[in-house]
Amino acid sequence: MQIVDLGITDYKDTYRLQMELLEKVSQGLSENTLLITEHRPVITIGRKGSWADIFKSRESLSSRGIEVLESDRGGGVTYHGPGQIVAYPVFKLENEARDIYSFLEFLEKIGSHFLMQYGLSTEPRPGLRGVWVKGKKIASIGIGVKRWVTYHGLAININTDLAPFSFIRPCGIEGVEMASLKTILGGRLYINDAKDKLKSSFEKVSLLAAAVRKD
Amino acid sequence: MAELKLPELAEGVNEAVVSFWHRKEGDDIKDGDEIVEMATDKAAFNVPSRSSGVLKRIVAKEGDTVKVGGVLAIIE
Repeated sequence: MQIVDLGITDYKDTYRLQMELLEKVSQGLSENTLLITEHRPVITIGRKGSWADIFKSRESLSSRGIEVLESDRGGGVTYHGPGQIVAYPVFKLENEARDIYSFLEFLEKIGSHFLMQYGLSTEPRPGLRGVWVKGKKIASIGIGVKRWVTYHGLAININTDLAPFSFIRPCGIEGVEMASLKTILGGRLYINDAKDKLKSSFEKVSLLAAAVRKD
Repeated sequence: MAELKLPELAEGVNEAVVSFWHRKEGDDIKDGDEIVEMATDKAAFNVPSRSSGVLKRIVAKEGDTVKVGGVLAIIE
């Protein structure tokens, strides 16, 4: 696995990059690649979401510097912005790893492992995806899969301004409270340190362990 | 004639919703072409054709829920 830190990017540019990578990974021309980035403010509508999950007009959001885009990932509506680390694993799923739900669980395990490095334990929410700490949602998950190569991924709030989440119904969940590491730990965190911890989680949590967990 | 079916996705996942059709009835289809995008709760994925021919009929419309093994389209 190679890891590429893209810094701060536009959602659309990173999407394009994922598609290029997906082609290469699918054809065996590139190894599995993890893209890490922070996005400029954007609300994205996944395949299960709609404008009904957004409480402000496009103009009103635009005046706050927030773009609204449709996305071909699974899941509902979410917000990305500075201070949130987004991880896009462009991974080829082979053999017993060809299980979409195992891959979602793998991403949740990454989230749990990452938070453990800050001394936090996560709690599963029956029927709900994502990563939850103290009753609040700190990370969101939504993926796409083409030719058994994954794209889209996991977004974890580190120092994220959480206000824009109040403009939407995050992931279509009524009354969900969002959190960031900053709100939970009570202080701003070094984003580069958080990125290193996240990379380490991706290196330590095995994809296959998630895939064969049922045994 | 070949039926394009919803493949097995994951243990315990029995159905998915048709997001949209990349191709329309009458289109020439090659083995491996991605025909339709499906979505489950948190995942979106494409279903490729396993045969070549003409997309004769779309059986499952956008928004329809299809069970694993259910027929999505007929390719002739």
